[in-house]
Amino acid sequence: MGKIVAVTGNEAGAEALRQVNPDVCGAYPITPQTDMMQRFSSFASNGKVDTEVILVESEHSSMSACIGAAAAGGRVITATSSQGLALMWEMLFIAAGDRLPIVMPVVNRALSAPLNIHGDHSDAMGARDSGWIQIWSENAQESYDNIIQAFRVAEHLDIRLPVMVCLDGFIISHSIERVEYLEDDKVKNFVGEYKQVNPLLDLEHPKSFGPLILPDLYHEYKRAQHEVMSKVKNVVLDVAADFEKMSGRKYGLFESYRLDDADIAMVILNSAAGTAKDVVDDFRNKGIKAGLLKPRLFRPFPYEEVANALKNVKAICVMDRADSFGAYGPLFVEIWSSMLHLDKKPLMTNKIYGLGGRDFMPDQAELVLNELVEIIKTGKVKTVKEYIGVRE
Amino acid sequence: MEKMIEIRWHGRGGQGTVTAAKVLADACLGGGRHVQAFPEYGPERAGAPLRAYNRVSDHEIRMHCPVLHPKVVSIADATLLDSINVADGALDDTVFVVNTAKAPKEIREKLKAKPSQKIFTIDATKIALDCIGRALPNAPMLGAINKAINIVPQNELVEAVRKSFGKKFAQKIIDGNLEATKRGYEEVQEG
Repeated sequence: MGKIVAVTGNEAGAEALRQVNPDVCGAYPITPQTDMMQRFSSFASNGKVDTEVILVESEHSSMSACIGAAAAGGRVITATSSQGLALMWEMLFIAAGDRLPIVMPVVNRALSAPLNIHGDHSDAMGARDSGWIQIWSENAQESYDNIIQAFRVAEHLDIRLPVMVCLDGFIISHSIERVEYLEDDKVKNFVGEYKQVNPLLDLEHPKSFGPLILPDLYHEYKRAQHEVMSKVKNVVLDVAADFEKMSGRKYGLFESYRLDDADIAMVILNSAAGTAKDVVDDFRNKGIKAGLLKPRLFRPFPYEEVANALKNVKAICVMDRADSFGAYGPLFVEIWSSMLHLDKKPLMTNKIYGLGGRDFMPDQAELVLNELVEIIKTGKVKTVKEYIGVRE
Repeated sequence: MEKMIEIRWHGRGGQGTVTAAKVLADACLGGGRHVQAFPEYGPERAGAPLRAYNRVSDHEIRMHCPVLHPKVVSIADATLLDSINVADGALDDTVFVVNTAKAPKEIREKLKAKPSQKIFTIDATKIALDCIGRALPNAPMLGAINKAINIVPQNELVEAVRKSFGKKFAQKIIDGNLEATKRGYEEVQEG
């Protein structure tokens, strides 16, 4: 049995990265991720890892360094948040397009303007279409577990894609919680030896990454990226099954909470899902059949499986901690799309909550579930998209 | 033990209140318990009022939001009694632990506490000055809270204090904090 500790999400993340002991880390600090990279840099300085930490002058350079190191043939990490992820944007597509299995914890934080350092999902949602795999985490334990699993998914020889592991800024990154660490040798064996694919440093076999491809082949290259994404779900599940054997902790494409016979359900990502689960229990105790679905794999999105889990629910509220201004929230769009083929579709609403670190409190979950009860009674949705927890 | 104990700390930036919440979380890990410790993040200025929270439970803690109805309110700086409502959201049986030289009765009147609510006072600043030479009341506050609600065996609390300070500080400071924790436990008054 590994150690049981009381640590922050950032500390747990740094510990996972230490146990994996990657070859290269491109590091640039940004709140609320800073502490994770600072701790990891300390591990490197103190000889606890063999990693070469490259301190760069911006996140754009950080991702560029990661791309170079990964193309050279190394196991590579970095971490970022918010403006940092935004500044990496250009390079994210290159990491994915070059099929480089970089692992990057993203400590979710709002985007400017106005300037705000607190938790929301706008940063990672903005990188949704970059070709990275996205795995989301409710708490410090899930962040730790997901970071370890991310290496196996990214580096799988059928996949070779970069992975973001998302956790909520401050709410998880800076809060202390109980976490069960795995033993170092177990993690080492679990992630295994890094397998190089076409490393640039193999000087006997020169090759190019990311050269110009004109209209004659670019389209085919992108179709290959589309196709590789279709294999990710099974790899995520296989890795999760192996992880469960080792740790006893079970992961899937998403978490279904009390959904089997549910009439109403919330769909909600990350830390707010924990608070909402407690409220779901309160409603169950009152005899109301409430449930919850918490996505874990957001890219690629498991449409069929999600539809299957939600198809018998009568009314659903999808909660977004990010907005697509002038459109529905990004999570709502996915859940809505999952349902399109069903003959009998659940009634659906979309609530925007918790932007810029606004606390998601139990009364907000109650409000949402009570409204769903009302929607079932009347059969009508008054407003599809609405902000909740707003000061008037 | 109750299902979940929720604690709210009131202090000022630079007094070690957040550290105290962290040490308490660490101390309560034993026996398979689940813990949380987290501050409310605002502009982090020395002297500014701040809140921090603990949750301790036998079961997994899924709530990730501030504590609204604390079972324990720990006030590390009594000047806050005049500027903020420390009783906000208090339960009928909430326990208040206040760092003050005043008697519990006087604090009870000031807080207009219900008879069912408990008031504990401890001159934590004086103990801190005696033991460590600085007005950092967190160690005696931890001792006082533990006497008030008996949340963890006292030796496990002392061990967590030792672990927290042992990483960064000289033996003299560690010993001072251990002594301060002990005195907080022994000298707290109920009324």
